[in-house]
Amino acid sequence: MALVQIDNVSKIYQTGEVQVKALQDVTLSIDEASFVSFVGPSGSGKTTMLNLIGCLDKPTKGKVFVDKDRVDTFDRIQRAAFRGSVLGFIFQAFNLFQVLTTYENVEYPLVMIKNESASKRKEMVLKVLESVGMLNQKDKFPDQLSGGQKQRVAVARALVTQPKLVLADEPTANLDKKSAVNVIRLMRSMRDEFKTTFIFSTHDPGVMEEAEVIHTLEDGRLV
Amino acid sequence: MIRIFKIALRNLMRYKRRTLLTSLLITLGLLMVILFSGLAGSFKEMMIGQITDSNLAQMQIHKKGYVSSIDTSPLNLTINQKGYKKIEKMLNENPDVEAYAPRIKLSAMLSNFTETTNIRLNAIDPDKEIKVCPDVSERMKFSGSQTPDILLRPGEIIIPEKLAAGLKIKIKDSVVLVANNKDGSVNGLNFTVAGIIESILGPQGKEGYMHIKDAQSLLRMEKPEIIEIALRIKKFDKLNDVYKDLKPALAKFENKKGKPAFEIHTWEKLSPFSNIAKMIDIMTVSMKIIMIAIVLISILNVMMMSVYERVREIGTMSAIGTAPGKIMSLFLAEGLSLGLISVLAGNIIGILGIYILNIYKIRYAFGRQDNLLLSPTISFSELAWVSAIVLLVSVFATLQPAYKASRMEPVDALGHV
Ligand SMILES: Nc1ncnc2c1ncn2[C@@H]1O[C@H](COP(=O)(O)OP(=O)(O)O)[C@@H](O)[C@H]1O
Ligand SMILES: [Mg+2]
Repeated sequence: MALVQIDNVSKIYQTGEVQVKALQDVTLSIDEASFVSFVGPSGSGKTTMLNLIGCLDKPTKGKVFVDKDRVDTFDRIQRAAFRGSVLGFIFQAFNLFQVLTTYENVEYPLVMIKNESASKRKEMVLKVLESVGMLNQKDKFPDQLSGGQKQRVAVARALVTQPKLVLADEPTANLDKKSAVNVIRLMRSMRDEFKTTFIFSTHDPGVMEEAEVIHTLEDGRLV
Repeated sequence: MIRIFKIALRNLMRYKRRTLLTSLLITLGLLMVILFSGLAGSFKEMMIGQITDSNLAQMQIHKKGYVSSIDTSPLNLTINQKGYKKIEKMLNENPDVEAYAPRIKLSAMLSNFTETTNIRLNAIDPDKEIKVCPDVSERMKFSGSQTPDILLRPGEIIIPEKLAAGLKIKIKDSVVLVANNKDGSVNGLNFTVAGIIESILGPQGKEGYMHIKDAQSLLRMEKPEIIEIALRIKKFDKLNDVYKDLKPALAKFENKKGKPAFEIHTWEKLSPFSNIAKMIDIMTVSMKIIMIAIVLISILNVMMMSVYERVREIGTMSAIGTAPGKIMSLFLAEGLSLGLISVLAGNIIGILGIYILNIYKIRYAFGRQDNLLLSPTISFSELAWVSAIVLLVSVFATLQPAYKASRMEPVDALGHV
């Protein structure tokens, strides 16, 4: 079985009288250690798709399997635990914790989610900071870093728990072209290094080029 | 755990001014309670001490019905020799009783040979009285600067200062006391003024003093009778327990009609100051309630703002897999830390404040007394209690905002700007 299996999934948002079909009857699978991009214009359903795979939301219809688990039937607590143990997240606006240093941001999941021992934590954090090239910035706070640097820290935070799958919704949208391509290339080299599957969304053609598999969405349908 | 508090403290430092203002407010509330408890408590203790140690004594035993008709100083409600012996035996057998003293209360006419006025007198056995009211001489002025070895000899009288001033009586002057005995016959005796006494609050606060033997002859008692027995116990904080022991023991002595012959009262039933003491207690409690309200409202307010401002951060924590319970504990730690900072500051400033108040002694006047010195104190257990309340309320006030944070859906929270 593929790492991610989407079976006939629909997501309908009901706001008042209006029904928005964010995803309609999507079926697809994503292999382990692949480097996948969802592309499409704004409003095409990319975020909705990533939220479903990322166990942040439930589909209206259909089944979602991640790492052999059927995640669409999970409850709140199960989803949180699953996200913490199997998934990693990278956000458009970086979403680093303002009050924590680079080192502490990367360490956060190991302390607050995984309960790793202090020595193990240190080893893991230093290793992943080294890999993303942010070791020399480890004591800086987020507001002392550039956008590209912040996203590198975010990549490190997503990878430090050694997740099977990392999800990144428009990870380059807040970056200039050069940093954007650099971050995507960093992600791909991380995939090479750790065999982690990466799924990201973008509407930037320059970033799209870096993906190995591209799924295009249009009005909630796969094309 | 340590990590959670570290994050909580950093988040508090993020909004320095708000944190400072809030903890200042709580500190002030705490300070108010500490200082008020210290001041009011010491005032209360001092007044009670004065009442019980120099005037009323801690408890009094009378013939049944005496206290309800105390205003007329009835002379027919006396305790005779036989009754006194029985009560004495009972008191001697009680291990909690430290001392007791017989007294006669009477009113008489006081004359300086030109003018006459009414006087109420407490006739005492000086040796016994001093054991029951060790501070009895504190309000008295004598001819010398020191209190004489024997407070009062037969033939001597100590007069309230207002009366002395009114009749222009000085120490060593001669005066005449004229009194009616219980049958209505009149008797007069000469006395030398041995001292002047300051008055204090309460029913027995404006009495003069004379020797009990003199009272018995002035009232022409054929056999020595007394009006009241004043009591002192070994541990004042056990007052109510001892009272509960003595009351039924005393009730066993019955009169000819088979009803209890005697009655016993604590100072609280005898002095109006007990009402003031109760008021002080109520005010102290009110202060604490106000403080709790301050803590509750200010922490609730700050923590609600904190949660609202950090919706996206909460969304991120939740999205990357932080368990709802952990998110809740992060915010609880923040509220608790805020309370803790305030408690520390409040305690330090409060103890310092009480220390300073003790250096610059506060003088105050109460009733007809002035120049009373107040030395505020607060016990460690009181501090610990008040601090624990603040901490508890801090956590309580944070519960709702923290719960709200833990229930946020990451998709909604992340979309929030
Ligand atoms: N929470 C929501 N409530 C209602 N409609 C939504 C919500 N989230 C997304 N949508 C709608 O679903 C469609 C897909 O949105 P989205 O997945 O965010 O697209 P993309 O990420 O590709 O821009 C859009 O029409 C959007 O307006
Ligand atoms: Mg989107």
